[in-house]
Amino acid sequence: MTRTGPIAPQAPHGPAEIAARVTWIGALDPDLRSFDIILKTANGTTYNSYLVRGSDGVAVIDTVKQEFTGAFLARLEQVARYDEITTLVLNHLEPDHTGAVPEFLARAPHVEICVSPRGVQVLRALLKDRFDDYKVRVVRTGDTVSLGDRTLRFLTTPYVHWPDTQCTYLEEQNLLFTCDLLGCHYCDGRLFNDAVGDFRFSFEYYFDHIMRPFKRYVGEALDLIEPLEIDMIAPGHGPVLRAHPRDYITHYRRLITKRLASETGDQKTLLVFYVSAYGATAQMAGAIYEGAAESDDVRVSLFDIEGGDVTPFIDLIEEADGLVFGTPTINGDAVRVVWDMLSSLVDIETKGKLGAAFGSYGWTGEAVAMVEARMQGLKMRVPEQGLRIKMHPTPAELEDCRDFGRRLAAHLAGRPMEREIDLSALLGS
Amino acid sequence: MGTAKLTFEDVALTVNVPQGTRIIEISEKVGSGITYGCREGECGTCITRVVEGMENLSEPSALETRVLKDNLAGRNDRLACQCQVLTGTVKVRPG
Repeated sequence: MTRTGPIAPQAPHGPAEIAARVTWIGALDPDLRSFDIILKTANGTTYNSYLVRGSDGVAVIDTVKQEFTGAFLARLEQVARYDEITTLVLNHLEPDHTGAVPEFLARAPHVEICVSPRGVQVLRALLKDRFDDYKVRVVRTGDTVSLGDRTLRFLTTPYVHWPDTQCTYLEEQNLLFTCDLLGCHYCDGRLFNDAVGDFRFSFEYYFDHIMRPFKRYVGEALDLIEPLEIDMIAPGHGPVLRAHPRDYITHYRRLITKRLASETGDQKTLLVFYVSAYGATAQMAGAIYEGAAESDDVRVSLFDIEGGDVTPFIDLIEEADGLVFGTPTINGDAVRVVWDMLSSLVDIETKGKLGAAFGSYGWTGEAVAMVEARMQGLKMRVPEQGLRIKMHPTPAELEDCRDFGRRLAAHLAGRPMEREIDLSALLGS
Repeated sequence: MGTAKLTFEDVALTVNVPQGTRIIEISEKVGSGITYGCREGECGTCITRVVEGMENLSEPSALETRVLKDNLAGRNDRLACQCQVLTGTVKVRPG
C-alpha cells in the first residue's frame, strides 16, 4: 500500500557524490509502505543506483524501479553523456533494480551489460526479443572491467536473495556495491549511515525478511567479502555505509551464526510438535518422542503448539535438523495453529530438513497428507509415510508410533534402514 | 518393458521403475527433498546430483544442457524433471 507521506528529509534534487568520481544517481520512494508484499517500511525506501567514472570508461551500477525512471535518468544526465557510458552492471535483476533498464538501453544501446551467470536467464526474460540486440557479458568471481584508472571486480554471490545476485568491488577505492545484501528499506535523502536517522531497526528487519531464509548463502557471500579492504559499502536500498562499514559485515556474520550449535555438538535435533483435541494425537506424540529419544545420536524435544507462540518456535525450527507435526483432522483439514506455524516457515531455510507428520482422526484423516505436502513444498525430505490412527491409539498402535520415532531418528542419525519397493507399491499407497 | 532401479539417497529408498521413467514421476511420491519449480526444464530448481549411474540416464536435451550451464550445475548434475532412467541402477540426491 502506498499513500502520500512527508518527503524524505533533505532529499537531494540532483546526483550526489559519495566518493571521488562515484555518484549516487538513484531515486527516493518515501511513500512506499509495503515492499514485495512481505515486509513493511515505515518511511519508504530508496532505489540506489551509482555511476563510476574512470579515465577510460563510465559504468552505471544497477538502476531503479520503473516508475522512478525519469528521476534516475535526470540525475544520470547531470553527470554523464550516454555515449561515454561503457558498462551497465546489474548486480540483481529484480524489478526494483532493473525497472529503468529498457529506457536506459534505448539511450545507451552500445554498453556492455555485466551480469552473473544466472542473471542471464532473467535478463533474457526482461529484454525478451531485444536480448540479442545487446552486448551481454557473463561475469564470475574475479572477473574485472577496466574503466582506465578504475577497476570493477565481480563477486558471484548467489541467493542473497535471488539466484542471480552478485556484488561489485571498486578496487581502487575499496568500495563494495552489494545491491540487496547489507541493504534496508529506509528512506532518507541524507544518504549516508552517519547522517540519516536511526535505521538500525530497518537493517535487522530487512535481514530477517529478505536474507534470513538464505543464511547459508549469506555466509558464502561473506566468505568472499570479509577478506576485502572495505572503506564503503553502497547497497541497493537504504543508507550508504561509509562510517564503520566493517561493523555491518560483522553484524551479518553474527546474524547468521547458529545459537544452539555449541550445546548440541554433533547431535542431530528433532522437534516433535503436536496439537490435540481429545488427547489421541498427544498420545501419539508422546510415543513418537519416546521412540526417537532412544537414539543417543538425536536430541528430541516435545512441544504442545497450543502452549507456545509461533515466533520462538520458528527460531527453534531454524536450527533443528528434523520436524514432526502432529495434528488431528478437523473439518477435513489440519488445524489452524499448525498452518500458522507451517506458513511462518517461509522466513527461514528449511531445505533438506527431515519432516514427518502424524495424527489421530475420526472420519477422514486428510490432515497428515496435507502437512506432508506443505513440508515437501518447503523443500524438506519426508522419508517416512505419515502415521494416521483412527480415534485413540491402542497399545499396539502406540508401539507403531514408537517405531515411527525410531525410524525418524535413524534417518537423522544417517543410519536408516534401506528399503526397496516396486512402483506398483508406490502407486497403491 | 524392462525395469531399472532408481535410488533416492536422502530417503534411503530404491524403487524398481519401468525403463524410461522420469525422476519427477517418482521423487515426490517417495518424499525425496528434490524440489520442482516450472517442471518444464526451464527454471533449474530441480537440479539433482547423480551419485551413481549417470550413464544410465537419457542424454540431456539442448534445453536441459543450456539450463544446467546457466545454473552453474556440476558435471554430475541433471534436471529431475527432464532426465529418464533408461536401464540399470541410478542413485540420486537433491542437488
